[in-house]
Amino acid sequence: MMSRLVTARLLQALVAALLIATLCFAMMQTLPGDAAMRIAASRYGPDAMSQQLAEAVRLELGLERPLLTQYAASLMQLARLDLGYSLVSGAPVIEELKVQLGHSLWLALLALALSLLFGPTLGLLAGIRPGGWVDRLSLGLSILLRALPPFVLGLLLIMVFSLWLGWLPPAGFGSWRHLLLPALTLALGLAALSSRVTRDAMAEVAAAPYFAYGRQKGLDGLALAGRHGARNAAIPVVAYLGLQSVYLIEGVVVVESLFAFPGIGHALVHAIIARDVPMVQGTVLIMGLLFIFINLLVDTLCRRLDPRLNAWQEVRR
Amino acid sequence: MNALTRTPLRATCARQPNAVFSARYWGGGLLLALALFALLGAWLIEADPNRQNLMASLAPPGGDYLLGADHYGRDLLARLAHGARLSFGLAVLTLLSAAVPGTLLGILAAWRGGITERLLVTLADAVMALPGLLLVLLLIAFSPGHYVPLVLGLSLSLWVEFFRVSRARTATLLIQPHLEAARLLGFGIGYRLRRMVLPEVAAQLPTLCSFALATAVIGISTLSAISVGLRPPTPELGSMIVELLPYYAEAPWLVLLPSLLIVLLVLALQLIGGRINT
Repeated sequence: MMSRLVTARLLQALVAALLIATLCFAMMQTLPGDAAMRIAASRYGPDAMSQQLAEAVRLELGLERPLLTQYAASLMQLARLDLGYSLVSGAPVIEELKVQLGHSLWLALLALALSLLFGPTLGLLAGIRPGGWVDRLSLGLSILLRALPPFVLGLLLIMVFSLWLGWLPPAGFGSWRHLLLPALTLALGLAALSSRVTRDAMAEVAAAPYFAYGRQKGLDGLALAGRHGARNAAIPVVAYLGLQSVYLIEGVVVVESLFAFPGIGHALVHAIIARDVPMVQGTVLIMGLLFIFINLLVDTLCRRLDPRLNAWQEVRR
Repeated sequence: MNALTRTPLRATCARQPNAVFSARYWGGGLLLALALFALLGAWLIEADPNRQNLMASLAPPGGDYLLGADHYGRDLLARLAHGARLSFGLAVLTLLSAAVPGTLLGILAAWRGGITERLLVTLADAVMALPGLLLVLLLIAFSPGHYVPLVLGLSLSLWVEFFRVSRARTATLLIQPHLEAARLLGFGIGYRLRRMVLPEVAAQLPTLCSFALATAVIGISTLSAISVGLRPPTPELGSMIVELLPYYAEAPWLVLLPSLLIVLLVLALQLIGGRINT
């Protein structure tokens, strides 16, 4: 069962890598000017660049070979997990990514933690009494938040917390205080969805016979919600995390650019503007693989929470 | 592939259909008002959205400039109207280039089956292997700042939804008794697809379309805001917001009005889509 899941995701990762590598190879060919000159300039600095150096680079990287050979070679290079050198800084792409990915992971984890704090809590409260004032209030909030694109939400938070109240720095990097606003932006967007998913799941659980039985045998509200509500309601919430990983990864790109936070999304946008193709390839590849890995994690977690899924898959097969 | 995450959550939609209906009603009204503003505003307001008047820099609302002027003294109302028209135009262009091929290819895949279907499904899966925005960014990287890769990238990631829905609907329709009967009566495949399958598939489209439009509006303004989409001086709502942010202290309405316009547009589309519960 597990191996089947892993195989499907590995196949998806392979397709994604092939797609990215092909697009980036094509992009490299459309860049203006001579590729060898450009790479030599980035490696040795524009002042030290000479015709001989460019020729040496051309021979070393095999840029004089036919296109198809070069394409195959670039795929082989990727298969060896060699991401090449940045065209702007000349540093190995992998070294730059290591630093940036660390920053982004902190941001994403904090955002996820905050969203799990807001969303499911509000959803549980709303779901226990569908149609009550908590339910209606959270529905209104959720509709409003979903209509706000992340960059608008981020700007509004900057206006309120940095410019107006002066509590938090508007942008930059350094302390945990710089992490709060971008993480809050992502968390509110995520919570807008997860609160409604939790609410629906909880409403379903609250209407189930075993829940009524628990109430009748004298369990108080908290024990009931904790013991019988939370785990059953958690299944769709966890399943939904897979979809939310799209929002999280797309959001990281937007929010990092907005808050000038030096993570992987910020690096991607800068690489696009600077036409730094190896960096574009590296950043998109890492984010794509992360997306697939999260989905694998979510699938596994769902089977842990709900063993019925395994049996159900067997029957279907 | 990730069938699990896409399984519809058996939402206990206890909310009455009335509520969904009235939400659609409100959304429709709002969208109509915004569309009128975008279409007529750009004509009726005579000011040129790009004409600068540095004497009127950051002019407050009222007087010569109904909604004030930006840092170059350009009329904000005119820029908003042109920005709204641009958002509508590009979103509709994206929608058409995603919905038409997506729906037709979905019907084709379900009808032909075999190798055609397998190829198309593989293609759709390949697109779904990456989050949509990453695919759009990859295409934009070919020539940042132009609208062609922007629209192309968005429709490339949006057509999949249309493909999947129309393929699933057609596949269940083709084995229905009335279609079987029509075939046995000698009606050709063209007639059956056009008159019996297409109307049924089309009934599913409004919801998909409104969400695709909302995604396109968000995508275009977001990418412009992070300066890889359309660039100033084009009056694009997203890039306007970021361009005007430094003047927030003196003229907060310059930032808030374009933001409000985007939010209302997305809100209207989501209300029409009707999936407001989850």
